[in-house]
Amino acid sequence: MTELKVSAIREGTVIDHIPAGKGLKVIEILKLGRLSNGGAVLLAINVPSKKLGRKDIVKVEGKFLSEEEVNKIALVAPTATVNIIRDYKVVEKFKVEIPDIIEGILRCANPNCITHYEYVTTKFYVISREPLKVRCHYCERTMEEEEILANL
Amino acid sequence: MDWTGRDVISIRDFSKEDIEFVLSTAERLERELKEKGHLEYAKGKILATLFFEPSTRTRLSFESAMHRLGGSVIGFAEASTSSVKKGESLRDTIKTVEQYSDVIVIRHPKEGAARLAAEVAEVPVINAGDGSNQHPTQTLLDLYTIKKEFSKIDGLKIGLLGDLKYGRTVHSLAEALAFYDVELYLISPEMLRMPKHIVEELKERGVKVYETSDLEAVIGELDVLYVTRIQRERFPDEQEYLKVKGSYQVNCKVLEKAKEELRVMHPLPRVDEIHPEVDKTKHAIYFRQVFNGVPVRMALLGLVLGVI
Ligand SMILES: [Zn+2]
Repeated sequence: MTELKVSAIREGTVIDHIPAGKGLKVIEILKLGRLSNGGAVLLAINVPSKKLGRKDIVKVEGKFLSEEEVNKIALVAPTATVNIIRDYKVVEKFKVEIPDIIEGILRCANPNCITHYEYVTTKFYVISREPLKVRCHYCERTMEEEEILANL
Repeated sequence: MDWTGRDVISIRDFSKEDIEFVLSTAERLERELKEKGHLEYAKGKILATLFFEPSTRTRLSFESAMHRLGGSVIGFAEASTSSVKKGESLRDTIKTVEQYSDVIVIRHPKEGAARLAAEVAEVPVINAGDGSNQHPTQTLLDLYTIKKEFSKIDGLKIGLLGDLKYGRTVHSLAEALAFYDVELYLISPEMLRMPKHIVEELKERGVKVYETSDLEAVIGELDVLYVTRIQRERFPDEQEYLKVKGSYQVNCKVLEKAKEELRVMHPLPRVDEIHPEVDKTKHAIYFRQVFNGVPVRMALLGLVLGVI
């Protein structure tokens, strides 16, 4: 099998082991299409992977992720690993993890939920990771994967 | 158990011990009220009732409860007559009203509004219904009614009839009943069955659950028949409503098959799901159920105010 060559980045983040097909969604939720530092964003789709069969990879130049951003990735791509690159070397590597409580990054799918009408930070309790299921702290409605992805 | 300052937002926040504590406190207050006629526990305390959508019965029940505890009541019954109409946020309304009161009861058309109000307010907040989400005091008074009629809840066979899909009261009642050793008969038109996730949760929690659309086939088994209205306003589609409207009517003929001890409950108001001829039978307890709302709400008000 030939190794796929994607140019290395000097400083930034490599998000690896994204389930195949979810790479674009990762770029979308992190708003990497509008990266303000002028850095390059590289997306590899359907790369052969020992672990996943096929995977997507996202490389972002000159950007390190906040905890909130890592939590967002976890919801879209729970298998993802985050590599922090400095001077072309991986200096830190960790797996994303879905937190017990998701604050601020998700909209409630219930159109009648108070969070759509008042100034309030949304809050969801993760009631199951596989399949992904969360409950709104305010209206108590549960949301499943499809609705969660649509409301990130 | 110290409840001072506690909010009452969702039946999900309650443990079985909490429920039992409220029920026994209600029982004590009902007895004291009967003996003395009037209580003074909440003397000098003010309840604010904020009804952003009208619900006269619930509001009167809370007001009656506060007056019977010796306290007083302020509030509004319709958002259109208050500053809310001018576009004030719920947050600001709550921050203002709490300056005038010791406890707030809120009813609001948006789900989650009561939870938000409780987070904003320093004083305790009691949820009197938020959209189609929660109405915990209704559930507590339903449990109180069952317990008063049978001196127990464990061991009973309880039928929930009507709109089990959209019906808020039956969802939280079923969840609360899961704390007890009961058998639940879920009786509804096929289209209005109890949501699957609730049925699964009930089974996981060890409740024996039977689902059917045939009331007459199971009525002979039941100790309690809890009837709900099929609510037009909850239906996203009028056609869907018309198909199930009037699916059930509990009348004396239907009740011929029932056990002598069967108790028929209803959160009221009813439309045509219980014929008025049933009112005179010993089965009907829905007006006693209304009365029971007062001691239960007295208990909650007194507990969160820390005065009983
Ligand atoms: Zn919500």
